[in-house]
Amino acid sequence: MEFLLAITIGVLYAASFYLLLRRGVVRVVLGIALLSQAVNLLIFTAGGLREGAVPFIADGQEVLAATSADPLPQALILTAIVISFGVLAFTLAMVHRADQATGTDDVDDLKGTDAT
Amino acid sequence: MNAVTLALLTPLVTAVLCLLFLRSLPLQRSFGVAGMVVLLGVSLRLMAEVGGGHIEVVRFGNWPAPFGIVLVADLLAAIMVLVSAIIGLAVAVYSLADVDARRERLGYYAFLHFMMFGVCGAFLTGDIFNMFVWFEVMLISSFVLMCLGGEKPQMEGAVKYVVLNLISSSFFLAACGILYGQTGTLNMADLAVTAREMRPELLTMTAMLFLVAFGLKAAIFPLFFWLPASYHTPPVAVSAVFAGLLTKVGVYALMRVFTLIFTSDVLLTHGLLLGLAGFTMVTGVLGAMVQFDFRRLLSFHIVSQIGYMVLGLALFTPLAIAGTVFYLFHHIVVKANLFLVSGITRRYGGSFDLKKLGGFYAAAPLVALLFFIPAMSLGGIPPLSGFFAKFAIVKAGLAGDTIFGGWATVLAAVALAVGLLTLFSMTKIWAEVFWKPAPEGHAPHRGNVPRAERWLLLGPVAALAALTLAIGFFPQFFFDFAARSAEQLMHPEIYINAVLGGTT
Repeated sequence: MEFLLAITIGVLYAASFYLLLRRGVVRVVLGIALLSQAVNLLIFTAGGLREGAVPFIADGQEVLAATSADPLPQALILTAIVISFGVLAFTLAMVHRADQATGTDDVDDLKGTDAT
Repeated sequence: MNAVTLALLTPLVTAVLCLLFLRSLPLQRSFGVAGMVVLLGVSLRLMAEVGGGHIEVVRFGNWPAPFGIVLVADLLAAIMVLVSAIIGLAVAVYSLADVDARRERLGYYAFLHFMMFGVCGAFLTGDIFNMFVWFEVMLISSFVLMCLGGEKPQMEGAVKYVVLNLISSSFFLAACGILYGQTGTLNMADLAVTAREMRPELLTMTAMLFLVAFGLKAAIFPLFFWLPASYHTPPVAVSAVFAGLLTKVGVYALMRVFTLIFTSDVLLTHGLLLGLAGFTMVTGVLGAMVQFDFRRLLSFHIVSQIGYMVLGLALFTPLAIAGTVFYLFHHIVVKANLFLVSGITRRYGGSFDLKKLGGFYAAAPLVALLFFIPAMSLGGIPPLSGFFAKFAIVKAGLAGDTIFGGWATVLAAVALAVGLLTLFSMTKIWAEVFWKPAPEGHAPHRGNVPRAERWLLLGPVAALAALTLAIGFFPQFFFDFAARSAEQLMHPEIYINAVLGGTT
């Protein structure tokens, strides 16, 4: 399972970097969205996969059994999803405004402020 | 309530108040400035509490560390919060005259305070994932400040600024995830203990992820290109607070993780930092030499100065770290001040272009003096603050007690040469803007700015210049703080014991 997820994460990273390197600014935004998904999956996998080990404290026990899954990575991912959602919404609005202000969606044409 | 919590609550409450009274400009302006005054008071109290070497730890919900999220105020954090509050106040006052009413109505003060909220949070947190969240709070507010107004150059700069910073955030997040997967903890003090048991190659790899993430934010070589492409586009007040604070949050984060967590393979990690510091100093200063836009030139100098701070961190001796801390607060004050001056010359002379400015020495001698102080300080002329900052770092490089041997000497020589080139850049501005006679049709005129606004612009600049002079004339007082902070940073067990309470 880890192997499969590792491959998926790699593919997601590759796809998102491909999109980030494209000239169309909307593709760049999609690249960012994909990148945050890749990271979430990475946290999920790095946090350790454990099948069928619900992190509930059993009856009569005081603490979590050592064999149960770790719920914290999912809490981290949840936080990251919320943040990346907000950031993505902002980025889309920004790209729209940039398109209006500059009249182009080609990153190569946004060179007016670049250091020469 | 303790000063640590107050330092976070003040900007949050101010920002919310500004949003609540979005329709009333006078109220927004009063809140905007008053909030910064309160924050300054709170950060002075925090400084008084931890100045003696005590590390203040706040455990949320009384959950014991490392299970709950903690806020930790050691001397470095307290110093950074204090300097941020000083810059925040200066910029808030300056904004009254500099930021136009349209941007103010769109919520400028609210986002300025939200950004301060994120900055203070990033300095005070003791949890690495929590730091990520504070970074995001800071970043998204800075995104809004960068875009506010929606002018064409602003949007062009913003696209690069936003995209690259988001990529850096994703590296940061991935690094947190891997670190958690390996150690099972996110508390930085706990990480300092448990990371030593990680497989060394994995630890180094994670360190590199953090280096990329924080390096992008701090604008070190070769990750700095977004900075000179974007920092000169928003209103002057915004670029001043960005120039002063944001990259330094990245430097602070680098200092935190590379003194606390990643100290097991210093030769590799800090050696890499050493090389990057050299390239950062040189490329920044060379980039600045060809610039003729006031703010773009200053932006390249941010990059170059970041190199000095990273150099101090990389040398990793108590003197070098103390020099870095000293450099941090000297630099924040001076750099923000120079940006603020560039706003004044633009208002008087109508341009940021050095070629279109001129004759300021005759027309506005006070402005000339107020530029001269921070500019010479940046160039490292004694007895100004920059001299002592550079002196400490170069001395640490030449001391010979680093693990890098001859390379430390080489880098110290590079630092000296870069200092000279910085001085060259500053004299270029001086010659172009202040000494050169005004170009035809571009004579600077004080009357371009109404009298009341003039004082709002000059007041903060004069105050920051006075602070530069104070640091320069009483360096021992300030260096003592830096040295004690370096003492804490070089002995992570002090931090660890304060947070974990000797449970390990």
